[in-house]
Amino acid sequence: MTNSAVSRGDFAEAGADLELVGISKRFPGFTAIDDLDLTIPAGSFFALLGPSGCGKTTTLRLIAGLEEPTAGRILIGGKDVTRTKAFQRPVNTVFQSYALFPHMTILENVAFGLKRRGVKDATRLAHEALQLVELDHVSARRPSQLSGGQQQRVALARAVVNRPALLLLDEPLGALDLKLRRQMQIELKDIQSEVGLTFLHVTHDQEEAMTMADTVAVMNKGQIEQMGAPQELYELPRTAFVATFLGQSNLFTGQVVSSNADSITVDSAGARITVPKPRAERQSGLVTVGVRPEKVSLTSTKPAEAAGVNVVGPGRISDVSFSGVSTQYEVTIAGHGPISVFEQNTSISRMHHDGDEVWLTWSVEHSFGLADEGDVEHDAPRFVDDTPTTSIATRKRAQLKAELEEG
Amino acid sequence: MAFSAFTPTEQKADASIQKRSPVALLLLLPGVIFLVLFFVTPLLSLLLTSLQEPVPGGFFGEYRQALRWENYVFVLETYGTQTLRSFGYAALASLFALLIGFPLAYFIGITLRRFPLLQALCLVLVIAPFFISFLLRTLAWKQIFAIEGPVAGFFSMIGILGPGQSITGTAFSVVFGLTYNFIPFMTLPIYATLERLDLRLVEAGGDLYASPATTFRTVTLPLAAPGVISGTLLTFIPASGDYINASRDFLGSTETAMIGTVIEANFLVLQNYPAAAALSIVLMAVILVLVGIYVKRSGTEDLL
Ligand SMILES: Nc1ncnc2c1ncn2[C@@H]1O[C@H](COP(=O)(O)OP(=O)(O)O)[C@@H](O)[C@H]1O
Ligand SMILES: [Mg+2]
Repeated sequence: MTNSAVSRGDFAEAGADLELVGISKRFPGFTAIDDLDLTIPAGSFFALLGPSGCGKTTTLRLIAGLEEPTAGRILIGGKDVTRTKAFQRPVNTVFQSYALFPHMTILENVAFGLKRRGVKDATRLAHEALQLVELDHVSARRPSQLSGGQQQRVALARAVVNRPALLLLDEPLGALDLKLRRQMQIELKDIQSEVGLTFLHVTHDQEEAMTMADTVAVMNKGQIEQMGAPQELYELPRTAFVATFLGQSNLFTGQVVSSNADSITVDSAGARITVPKPRAERQSGLVTVGVRPEKVSLTSTKPAEAAGVNVVGPGRISDVSFSGVSTQYEVTIAGHGPISVFEQNTSISRMHHDGDEVWLTWSVEHSFGLADEGDVEHDAPRFVDDTPTTSIATRKRAQLKAELEEG
Repeated sequence: MAFSAFTPTEQKADASIQKRSPVALLLLLPGVIFLVLFFVTPLLSLLLTSLQEPVPGGFFGEYRQALRWENYVFVLETYGTQTLRSFGYAALASLFALLIGFPLAYFIGITLRRFPLLQALCLVLVIAPFFISFLLRTLAWKQIFAIEGPVAGFFSMIGILGPGQSITGTAFSVVFGLTYNFIPFMTLPIYATLERLDLRLVEAGGDLYASPATTFRTVTLPLAAPGVISGTLLTFIPASGDYINASRDFLGSTETAMIGTVIEANFLVLQNYPAAAALSIVLMAVILVLVGIYVKRSGTEDLL
């Protein structure tokens, strides 16, 4: 059985839909993917975002045909490919480990897929693909003679040159330095919109996922926690995992104490927080609500109670880190974990100092209510590498402080 | 180790790290002394012997130093057939050993990769014949192939073998014996390369539209080439000089004599030392040329 899309010399005219239906993958004694449903429309740039070990690579391997699902079906362009072999699927992968053939030159590597399909101008097309990743000048070298970043670009060229209906990218920019990474992100986007291929981009870098993808799916422990446009996910995370993995969040857990037609109000250790009903996943019982740090403002005098505004406090500033355009404060309030606040350094805004007494205020419509049951860990695990440098800086600072206090 | 004796890529990488220091030269000294004592000296002695001439009126087996290069003409004229036969048999044995050894190495190195215990067991089984003397094993085959033996009986029954014909003493039994004895030498180096083969490369082949057969031809085989080259050399070289399998006392007959058998006879029976030495030199020279061509051709990976 041969898939028509892979027939000789035939390039995919456009990207194809990908549909995963009830996919599970169990390894002996370990469930890597658990009943996953996923639809990626043709021509979209889709990012699968999740921490290391959550099953991203396994998902890609299932789609590429390198692994067989324990249950479920895989459809590409409407055709069931669950039982077809990898080489019969109109899919190419940029492997996390590059997997360049060490015994071939760079050019031979890139031309490999074209030659297997009997494409006539394999060599010319391979050179073009190498020009795209700015590596045509090393086409006669061996992979071992290139740097990690260069190898990664070759791996990209080797996959893209085949113009597959679906391109799978497994953390393809992991080994690049920041400048090259940005450049490649733009190039990837260009290639994708130029050829209209469907890209499935796997990453643990939330910034990369948000800047590049039309749709982001956040994956955790073999399941998709939430899926949507980057902004949508950021503004209205559904679970504590998404709220903390995708950017930072301040979370509060408490009982719902009052509820009206538009909103619910939660009492979390004395702080009363109101969330609009459409933004709250759960409307009664013990719930967790949250707000993004940049939505919160600080005042040094107790603000007047007003409708449409959440006020929490007083608390004390326990840490200040100035980073030019903004300042990040850490506020400690009795009964809560440390709360982060980002304030823009507009000319008139007043700096607060360590130890100052402050109140936190934010507009009710910036609150969100999570779907998690009961109390969530306040410091939900964050993967080390996905954090932007500013938060790494603060974290280091926090660690240092903790050490100083211990010592 | 001999397993990885021929890995062209590694040699290239090493060449760039050429640092000469007096200490390094000093460390080389024991090796150089060993080489001079145990390789260069016997080689020179052999070369000199090959040019000796009989002492006129002397005893049987008495020779004196000379420059009688006619010895070479003599041996090539007299033993040309045996020389050619040697390389023919050795080539056949290498081919058969490869045909058996490669799948075996593939099975142990790749199929059994997830079962380390089974893998170790199979490796031991490949090496197990070495626990028994080479001579005894070959003699055992002579028994198995003997006229009254089971194999000959079966072959006569199905009519391949006429009455009174035997399997031993034929080209078949000699090539069989050579193949059998050298299978481990073929299998182990190939195993060593396949065991290290990055299976993700094989997956990448499949991802890039190559069928399993094409992936094997374009990815697995080229990456296993260093092992195949080491294995064929480790088989071909000793097999072409072998004097046990082809001997009348074991699996051969006078019709299957190989160069090793002839050298042995000249040294020990005919006491024609110059002829034996000249044959040895010829054997060595031909092997050097053949191996040189082989390594050069496969080194440029156009072999496949
Ligand atoms: N062949 C396998 N056998 C057993 N467990 C595996 C296998 N492959 C992956 N896993 C496990 O499945 C989980 C998901 O792995 P993976 O998909 O590689 O994660 P990610 O790419 O998101 O970092 C990991 O915990 C990993 O240990
Ligand atoms: Mg991975």
